[in-house]
Amino acid sequence: MKKFAYIDATSVDTVPSLLGRRFGQAQVLAGGTDLVGELKEYIATPDRVVNLKSIPGLDYIRQEDDGLKIGPLTTLADIETSTLINDQYSVLQQAVSAIASPQIRNVGTIAGNICQRPRCWYYRSEDFDCLKNGGDTCYSVRGVNRYHAIIGGGPCYIVHPSDSAVALMSLNASVKIQGPRGPREEMLDDFFVLPELNIMRENGLRANEFVTEIIVPASKPNTKGIYVKVRERDAIDFAMASVAVTMTMSGNTCSEATVVLGGVAPVPWRVPDVEQFLQGKQITEDVASAAAEMALREADPMSDNSYKIEMTQNIVSQAILDLA
Amino acid sequence: MSSKVHVQARINGDDVEFLCEPRQSLLEVLRDVLGYTGTKEGCNNGNCGACSVILEGRLVNSCLVFGFEIQGKELQTIEGMGSPEELHPVQQQFLENAALQCGICTPGFIVSTKALLDKNPDPTEAEVRYWLAGNLCRCTGYDKIVRAVLDAAKAIKNS
Repeated sequence: MKKFAYIDATSVDTVPSLLGRRFGQAQVLAGGTDLVGELKEYIATPDRVVNLKSIPGLDYIRQEDDGLKIGPLTTLADIETSTLINDQYSVLQQAVSAIASPQIRNVGTIAGNICQRPRCWYYRSEDFDCLKNGGDTCYSVRGVNRYHAIIGGGPCYIVHPSDSAVALMSLNASVKIQGPRGPREEMLDDFFVLPELNIMRENGLRANEFVTEIIVPASKPNTKGIYVKVRERDAIDFAMASVAVTMTMSGNTCSEATVVLGGVAPVPWRVPDVEQFLQGKQITEDVASAAAEMALREADPMSDNSYKIEMTQNIVSQAILDLA
Repeated sequence: MSSKVHVQARINGDDVEFLCEPRQSLLEVLRDVLGYTGTKEGCNNGNCGACSVILEGRLVNSCLVFGFEIQGKELQTIEGMGSPEELHPVQQQFLENAALQCGICTPGFIVSTKALLDKNPDPTEAEVRYWLAGNLCRCTGYDKIVRAVLDAAKAIKNS
């Protein structure tokens, strides 16, 4: 690990200037479960690490009239076991409990989970100067791309690794962001960016910005959500494919739905066509299958990952039927 | 800029102070600076749980935490559990169930088990397996380990 200086931040306002304007010079430390790995592998080589845990009051879960507010440093374990998070948000708790291991959930934070860097083995290896590491090749294109993107890829084919982001997007969540000119708020729908727009980053945070709150709006009555994740190794693993679905039901009819795919695209992949298709439909096996097929219509697999199409279709239809 | 950090903490009930570089993990500090070599290094990236310790009542991988992060905090390691003369009930049940072979993962499993039983003294088998997802054993498989944990829960309850 490269040597670095660490700074205990003392307030939200001072973090942007501690981070500075250039990516790579400084890193925020929250839970550290992703950062420490990147530092050990020399993927991140900052001069400064800015510790956010020294800022009081960034760890909370509050149920308010207009929805749920979660502090950025709230650990995944605290979200998983919180009794303040009621049933309408259970998709979030389902997703969080599918992340990593107890050891990692005890330390890893919700903002860190959303902002974690990709797991692509070319990106994570010092030996490959891939596009994300400043080189000019995406090695997955001619290489081993079993776990890479089937939708939205190019010129880099990472998949977004966060489970919680998929669930939060299905809940129409937004994030509050602190920058040098004060706070701003952004829907998660707009927060993540595809590699064709910015190959070096997975979200729209600038170098001197960080997430200061997760905001989940209250959902309509009779809304339920489900998170389904497929892992190669059930004990701990990132998603080969996952889906978060929420549906507002009246009887057997769906009046509103959200559908977000994980593990298949460089960002949590919302499928608005499917959401519209489900609106006003009686949920039957045929409807669920049609929705699943529609969700993967844009898929364009690589040499080793076409299996993800059927896998994802299966969990989409399973999720829809489970909620009906 | 890479000057050492002065850290004071409580480890297994003892006040400890040390100097470390900001880049040193808690695992490195425990083993190389302080000599707590019961905590093992396995994968060094959060997958195997061999380095599990209990920080402020929470089970963590010491390889993913920096040494400086324990400033002012309370840490429990395998060295704080039992003694050769009087084993901790979890250690005793690992022995009685032969729940180990090469032993490198064992301190991590025992510390993880303690963290589980501290919170949930009467876990189901499913809860034990879910909790131990972060600990890898490449020798015995997991059935004997799970049995040892369930027996330890019983032993603690009956003691």
